[in-house]
Amino acid sequence: MMEAVTLNNITKTYGKEKAVAVDNVSFSVNRGELFGLIGPDGAGKSSIFRMLTTLLLPDGGTATVDGFDVVKNYIEIRNTVGYMPGKFSLYQDLTIEENLNFFATVFGTTVEENYDLIRDIYVQIEPFKNRRAGKLSGGMKQKLALCCALIHKPTVLFLDEPTTGVDPVSRKEFWEMLKRLKAQNITIVVSTPYMDEATLCDRIALIQNGKILGIDTPDNIVKSFDGNLYNIRATKMYNLLRDLSAYQQTASCYAFGEYLHLSLKQDDEKTKTELLNHLKNGGHTEIEMLPVTATIEDCFIKLLKN
Amino acid sequence: MEVVIKADKLTKRFGDFIATNEITFEVRKGEIFGFLGANGAGKTTAMRMLCGLSIPSSGNATIAGFDVYKETEMIKKNIGYMSQKFSLYEDLTVIENIQFFGGIYGLSNKQLKSKSEELINQLGLQSETKKLVGSLPLGWKQKLSFSVAVLHEPKIVFLDEPTGGVDPVTRRQFWDLIYEAAEKGITIFVTTHYMDEAEYCNRISIMVDGRIGALDTPGNLKKQFSAGSMDEVFYELARGAKRGD
Repeated sequence: MMEAVTLNNITKTYGKEKAVAVDNVSFSVNRGELFGLIGPDGAGKSSIFRMLTTLLLPDGGTATVDGFDVVKNYIEIRNTVGYMPGKFSLYQDLTIEENLNFFATVFGTTVEENYDLIRDIYVQIEPFKNRRAGKLSGGMKQKLALCCALIHKPTVLFLDEPTTGVDPVSRKEFWEMLKRLKAQNITIVVSTPYMDEATLCDRIALIQNGKILGIDTPDNIVKSFDGNLYNIRATKMYNLLRDLSAYQQTASCYAFGEYLHLSLKQDDEKTKTELLNHLKNGGHTEIEMLPVTATIEDCFIKLLKN
Repeated sequence: MEVVIKADKLTKRFGDFIATNEITFEVRKGEIFGFLGANGAGKTTAMRMLCGLSIPSSGNATIAGFDVYKETEMIKKNIGYMSQKFSLYEDLTVIENIQFFGGIYGLSNKQLKSKSEELINQLGLQSETKKLVGSLPLGWKQKLSFSVAVLHEPKIVFLDEPTGGVDPVTRRQFWDLIYEAAEKGITIFVTTHYMDEAEYCNRISIMVDGRIGALDTPGNLKKQFSAGSMDEVFYELARGAKRGD
């Protein structure tokens, strides 16, 4: 069996109004894959996670984890998967060590048995093992939660926004941990609102308003960006953005770090020359315009606008 | 140029722990000032002192000309504040939130009426005024929350990770609001974990272990650290941090 996770036309609605959170979503995750669900808050990522971990029943469609049906075989799934929810959900009044022992025992194993799997992560919080979980900093809580989700050696690990609100350095470290776990043949499904993390996944699904906008490898998603994209800047960036947004030949223009990203309706030398002249006449100075390769964020923006 | 935030060796200790350690900097009127740092570097503590919510252990600071020891109530009247965690009351409607916060900041009924209309039109929320804020998408909430934070035309607005979790299009619309406010002369003091947003600031400071590790324009910081991006600058500085989160 190649597929660790499958979803077929999964739908989830909430409340009397039947507000659609997940809208007819289908995809599958291969065994050993690091799969990313990329999308903003409210896109439906957590609902998908909660259905796959059998904590929420779908309104329609079917899904499997490890070949088990999420509705009929929920007990098997609960025994084999690891889940780290977006909200810290360990016992605040137990210590680090007690939490870890508790989760190992619940799953009928011991910390020693699977220690190899968590060693890298656990050594970083071990000096504080007698501290209560509620008293830990955000970064330490995150590491403890990951250890607890791993202690029964799950076949599939679900991580719901593990890096939200985490600074760039800690985020990088966290993804390095994930790569090491992947090397141990654990299938990982991870969600994030940070587009730059998408490139670290084997494959990603871009999701917004409960719908999948695209699924592919990060490379292929970037390659499928059609049309040219330019980095452009000048002395007065906000004025430049306003002028370019109003310019007739502009297809799209938005801020992107130190530059703006610009695409033109007609991409030829004449249009570009006219554009540069227009900007110079408009009082812009030190104008710089160079082609640039699209990123996942550019693709996402394009998909959102369509 | 008028200085609206002035911190001089501002320090906060909790027992033996020095959360914010002698930070010194100035922010000018209308500036967009990025306040960066790893989790646990001391940003929140510093911000709480600047907002008049926490009395410093030593050092001095004035906010909009008011002293952080003696004039905290005047500071609160002259600033706006918005964070990702607390912004608006979810179980009040859009219009109720606007009126509540406007009232708290002492706007008259007449001012409240004209201000709310202006704000609702600006955000295009005409058909949502009677909806509960809890039912709005996150991006809307964040934009509304920012607009409410500047409703009383404060001298400075403090934004604590205002764009966390928001989609890339809404994130940029949010920055349009920031630019507009700055053009009106409102000083923006903003924290973020998105390094591309650091580029949108006029100047940024990066805190490391309670101190200001670097402070300059994004361009100059990249030169100083021979880095291609703000991401690299941040990584270079924060990597050396002793204090973990």
